[in-house]
Amino acid sequence: MALAARVEEKLYQNRYIVDAGKPHIAIRPHEKPSENLLAMTRVCPAGCYSETSSGQVEIAPDGCLECGTCRVLCEASGDITWNYPRGGFGVLFKFG
Amino acid sequence: MIEERFDAIVIGAGMAGNAAAHTMASRGLKVLQLERGEYPGSKNVQGAILYADMVEKIIPNFREEAPLERHLVEQRFWMMSDRSHTGLQYRNDDFNEERPNRYTIVRSQFDRWFSREVQAQGAIVICETTVMELVSDAYGKVIGVRTDRRGGTIFADVVVLCEGVNGLLGTRAGLRATPKPEHVALAVKEMHFLPSETIEARFNLHGDEGAVIEAAGVISKGMTGMGFVYTNKESISVGMGCLVSDFASNNDTPYGLLETFKNHPSIKPLLEGSEVKEYAAHLIPEGGYKTIPELFGDGWVVCGDAAQLNNAIHREGSNLALTSGRLAGEAIFQIKSRKEAMSKQNLALYKKLLDESFVMKDLKKYKDMPALLHANSQNYFLAYPQLVSKAMENFLRVDGTPKIEKEKATIAAFVKERRWSGLFGDAWKLARAWR
Repeated sequence: MALAARVEEKLYQNRYIVDAGKPHIAIRPHEKPSENLLAMTRVCPAGCYSETSSGQVEIAPDGCLECGTCRVLCEASGDITWNYPRGGFGVLFKFG
Repeated sequence: MIEERFDAIVIGAGMAGNAAAHTMASRGLKVLQLERGEYPGSKNVQGAILYADMVEKIIPNFREEAPLERHLVEQRFWMMSDRSHTGLQYRNDDFNEERPNRYTIVRSQFDRWFSREVQAQGAIVICETTVMELVSDAYGKVIGVRTDRRGGTIFADVVVLCEGVNGLLGTRAGLRATPKPEHVALAVKEMHFLPSETIEARFNLHGDEGAVIEAAGVISKGMTGMGFVYTNKESISVGMGCLVSDFASNNDTPYGLLETFKNHPSIKPLLEGSEVKEYAAHLIPEGGYKTIPELFGDGWVVCGDAAQLNNAIHREGSNLALTSGRLAGEAIFQIKSRKEAMSKQNLALYKKLLDESFVMKDLKKYKDMPALLHANSQNYFLAYPQLVSKAMENFLRVDGTPKIEKEKATIAAFVKERRWSGLFGDAWKLARAWR
């Protein structure tokens, strides 16, 4: 879908300081994702979640906007663990 | 890292945190404020409209120094169908006053300025520091915090939690629950840059005048949500938000909705030729009065978005954050002045002040609205906007059909969609929840 491809272009405008090797969100290993975890492949506004060819959901949180949507949908079930990035790291809004 | 003990530690340097820190520091309290961003404002996202009254109560002469974009003279409410909008537009030259009532702002710039004011009052502000946990004593009283910097606990008489909508500290300490998906909206927003003359010409503005468009209807595809267009000095903030629970059960992406909104024939010409310089996302508390958690306890209070203090119906949040932060600061100052303990019993003063203010009164007034809009989103956000658009087209298009037949067709369309009982029921439910 053309619109889905554009989220990377949107993120390209932003400023990030990535805490290399220390992702602040992690997905619990699973064979089949829960409904909410699978929904994150659409709902994440930064497109951080994707589905692998074997049907699992994986995350690349470098472009994370720290909105907390996945936390609200997936933390209580234990599907993910969600922390703030270390102080000073993550997205840095120029305008906000 | 920090050996001394503070009267208060404020978590977060957003609207609530800065209001609380400024209020306490200006009254002589020893305040430490901790912010996880590189600078105050770097993690904060808002539309953004600033309400002057609530800032004046903290910094009376803020207009002289604060980075403000435009003062608002015009408001447009648009009900959107696929190719039309039906609008209610209000413009008043009286809004061109010496001390304007509402301004657009750019949050990261405003928050930086606000934080400088906080520091000028004597508060110590430390950035790039994420607070990891609240520290309690054996009796469960919060006595300090632990951060991700080296060093042990930092102690204070009271911790003021202004940690925003995600509020990890409070939820992890069991002070409140994580918001439910139906009680928060996910909003995405872009900053579109254009020369100020272009913005003024497109929105019929002069000098520092500003305009706001708030749009609801088919743009949210039947979900509870809305879009907005705010004019800044040299940029336009364009955004779109819907309830997280609706997003989860719908097939649309937030950025896809934003693209559709931007490409709506009523919006597109306003943005033509702009340069996009940022894309942001943020959660907005939408659950209202019924989702407000415990606001105080032994050694802590919570303010702003972290306490769900947001008026979704009037799209007001920053003013509730500023006011709750200020009132928390005033309550703590009063308790401190009496040389009393920051106990749950004494901190109830914060809740009392909040109850007496517009914050709780407004939220209480609309306590039934969030659930109503959520339960009836297909009607309010999809069916009615389309019916209204059809009615307007019917009314305006001149094609030789007698007016009496046009009227009958319009009424028939409404009745067919919702039946008489549905129409009256929807109106009744809305009126009752609004009351």
